[in-house]
Amino acid sequence: MPADELIRHGQHVMTVCNACRYCEQYCPVFPAMEQRLTFATADLTYLANLCHNCGECLYACQYAPPHEFGIDVPRTLAKIRARSYEDYGWPPFLAVAFRRHNLLTGTGLAAGLIALMFAATLVGNGGTLPRPAGDSDFYAVVPHDVMVVLFGGVFLFALTALWIGAVRFWRDLDMEGVATLARDFRALGRALRDALTLRHLHGSGADCTSAEETRTPWRRWFHHCTFYGFLSCFASTSVAAIYHTVFGWQAPYAYTSLPVLLGTAGGAGLLVGLAGLLMERRRRDPALGDPAQDGLDQSFIALLFLAALTGLLLLVLRERAVMSALLIVHLGVVLALFLTLPYGKFVHGIYRTAALVKYARESLRV
Amino acid sequence: MTHIIDAMPLVGDEQELYDVAVLGGGNAGLCAAPAAREAGASVVVLESAPRHYRGGNSRHTRNLRCMHAGPSQLLTESYAEDEFLSDLLRVTGNNTDEGLARLVIRGSAGCPEWMRRFGVRFQSSLRGTLHLDRTNAFFLGGGKALMNSYYAAAERLGIRVMYDTEVVGLDVLDGRFRGATALAGGRSLAIRAKAAVIAAGGFESNLDWLREVWGEAADNFIIRGTPYNTGTLLRLMLDAGAQSVGNERDCHAIAVDARAPKFDGGIVTRLDCVSLGIVVNKHGERFYDEGEDFWPKRYAIWGSLVARQPDQIAFSIVDAKTADKFMPSVFPPMAANSIRGLALLLNLLPDTLDATVAAFNAAVRPGRFDHAVLDDCRTDGLTPEKTHWAQRIDSPPFWGYPLRPGITFTYLGLKVDERAQVLMRGGEPARNIYAAGEVMAGNILRKGYIAGVGMTIGTVFGRLAGEEAARHASR
Ligand SMILES: Cc1cc2nc3c(=O)[nH]c(=O)nc-3n(C[C@H](O)[C@H](O)[C@H](O)COP(=O)(O)OP(=O)(O)OC[C@H]3O[C@@H](n4cnc5c(N)ncnc54)[C@H](O)[C@@H]3O)c2cc1C
Ligand code: SF4
Ligand code: SF4
Repeated sequence: MPADELIRHGQHVMTVCNACRYCEQYCPVFPAMEQRLTFATADLTYLANLCHNCGECLYACQYAPPHEFGIDVPRTLAKIRARSYEDYGWPPFLAVAFRRHNLLTGTGLAAGLIALMFAATLVGNGGTLPRPAGDSDFYAVVPHDVMVVLFGGVFLFALTALWIGAVRFWRDLDMEGVATLARDFRALGRALRDALTLRHLHGSGADCTSAEETRTPWRRWFHHCTFYGFLSCFASTSVAAIYHTVFGWQAPYAYTSLPVLLGTAGGAGLLVGLAGLLMERRRRDPALGDPAQDGLDQSFIALLFLAALTGLLLLVLRERAVMSALLIVHLGVVLALFLTLPYGKFVHGIYRTAALVKYARESLRV
Repeated sequence: MTHIIDAMPLVGDEQELYDVAVLGGGNAGLCAAPAAREAGASVVVLESAPRHYRGGNSRHTRNLRCMHAGPSQLLTESYAEDEFLSDLLRVTGNNTDEGLARLVIRGSAGCPEWMRRFGVRFQSSLRGTLHLDRTNAFFLGGGKALMNSYYAAAERLGIRVMYDTEVVGLDVLDGRFRGATALAGGRSLAIRAKAAVIAAGGFESNLDWLREVWGEAADNFIIRGTPYNTGTLLRLMLDAGAQSVGNERDCHAIAVDARAPKFDGGIVTRLDCVSLGIVVNKHGERFYDEGEDFWPKRYAIWGSLVARQPDQIAFSIVDAKTADKFMPSVFPPMAANSIRGLALLLNLLPDTLDATVAAFNAAVRPGRFDHAVLDDCRTDGLTPEKTHWAQRIDSPPFWGYPLRPGITFTYLGLKVDERAQVLMRGGEPARNIYAAGEVMAGNILRKGYIAGVGMTIGTVFGRLAGEEAARHASR
């Protein structure tokens, strides 16, 4: 659907909802909508990112397709959400380039990077892969400095792109700006609590629905596994970096050390969570989502899954000969993951939290 | 007397004998079915609509009225039996069967708890658009969500539900139900059961029947709810000797936006700005006091007011001062910067509309506008006067909304006793035929209406009819 047609449909949907309001206690989208009489693109972007796609309002709607009003809130908001990922992505040319990116292009990018790194390693080592004997020395395969420059660079790039996207999103959404935000401690606290507990996946007292009257807690729990798994891996890497730079302790760390424990737990959380989320997606009524967005989501899920999988394998097999190859595969996947991070599913966490902050501010004001 | 429409050969595969056949799958039917099932009966539900449109008018509802002794999660304060009854007597002009009314009111106290057993969820009373939190319990997500819960419960309980299955014939002999004929996807089916619950609503969607009653004016009516309430079962039962209640001409109708779809436009087509401005007919003339009383108390008379105007059309006209004082409408207003310009958009004569507005503006007396009370803003010297909330219509842009009569439901129904049993014209109850919901609501409301009472009647009587039908079948 072209952008303006999508916005027009979004306006139609919200206008009908605003005259109806039957869904007002399912989630924050409806109370936020009720505070508006007209819906500009920025309003729709806000509402779309506030929606957690719990699904209830599709089945509750007496005007759902094939009714001539064609009210399909979850799908319409999903489409507008996907658009906002593209519209706020930075730099814009990459956001556009990645907009139709999918499982194939995501894994393809990873494969390309892996091939490149293999080639570079082969060239750098006179045509053979280095074989560190038994002492799991990653830096013998990819030198520490290369690792820092390459990954530090990509990481900084992703962080910058995410930050700029978030700031642009915030500016469009909230005219008062970030300046007064610090004073809104309560709003911030409430939004963070709601985001970290995924409150709106069970906000109306029951879990979100995957098909009419089928409500299960799985989507929420798998998401928790994924999110906290991701955080744990992130923490593991951070601790390792501190060990290395502050204390000068060299990797590999013992199986009982903090980075390894955090990494293992996080990796396991990611594997379980992501596999579960994929399964839940398959079980879900397709009418709830935007089919065009499936590729984007699958790519993110697949790359994150592969990163976790290869990371864990690396840990287990770090003293075996396959380690060098595995390390390169792992690093290639992680690179691809970070490069696509600012343009895919990952940003939903940032935009949704921003929308929750705005919602908390609005509702604490009234 | 036997009434079977037998144009098509009967198909043999539905010769199974059920204990209870529930005819109509709206709120009343889906209360009757689990009630009968839980009492041990085997149950089949025949529903005209396809699955997506199941649930009749009930899919458009939002609340039911409940008597209650004290505040709860769903309802504030208390609402006693006598207050409920006096509210009912007031709107019906005392024209009710007090015994049945009290039965419904007392039964309403237990409704929320009973409904929850089938997965129905309610809103909490803390927030709400309407100021009905004291008397009415709101369904979380509205009537369609309610019906989804009931249908899922029916499936869990092992109730057979047949969609796309319209009952077209009844086999009733001397007040005894023996079976029904239904059309399912072009095929004719015979369904046999030991008892039947009629829960098929009124005849509001039957355009021919409406025309019979209202003449050509009916062509301009909008049906707010389902297209499936054709009154077939009502007529079949009356033909089979059942006693009627209510007048064929009485219906609940409000003014809806003329751009609403013919059927199923539901709640969003209503217009809440009538009391804020003026309403003119197609000749550009006012015809009724727009500010007679608070809008929620008056909106139900505007359907018949508009129905009595030429071509059954009228136009609500407001100006910029009031733009944010009513619930937004689903259709955009026709907007113009002058009254003449607006007249052109609305297909009215600019001169007459201009004159009407000018005369109205000149007659407005000074006052303090307050939409929350019966304020002192009124006109002086007009016929008809506008007695409250009269403000000059002078701030562009001017907005116009076209209005048509929108029928909610019809009042004609089947007379029943306190066991939900249909009464035959001789006064004796039909042996095994029960009725619930809109099809018998006329026993309690022959005219007038208070919000939420339709669903209360359907829930209390649906449950009762289901239990009684199951008891009969087990005998
Ligand atoms: C827009 C709107 C909003 C409303 N809001 C409220 C509200 O908030 N609260 C309230 O109390 N009331 C409300 N009402 C009134 C309420 O809808 C009715 O009182 C109530 O739904 C009646 O329930 P029922 O089960 O008797 O009929 P319905 O729910 O209409 O069900 C009748 C069923 O019978 C089926 N049927 C009809 N003929 C046949 C046949 N021949 N064979 C098989 N099946 C057949 C139909 O398909 C339908 O599913 C509203 C009505 C409308 C139109
Ligand atoms: S989704 Fe449908 S039922 Fe819910 S508020 Fe919107 S129009 Fe009403
Ligand atoms: S899908 Fe759920 S979260 Fe999204 S708008 Fe509907 S009810 Fe709200």
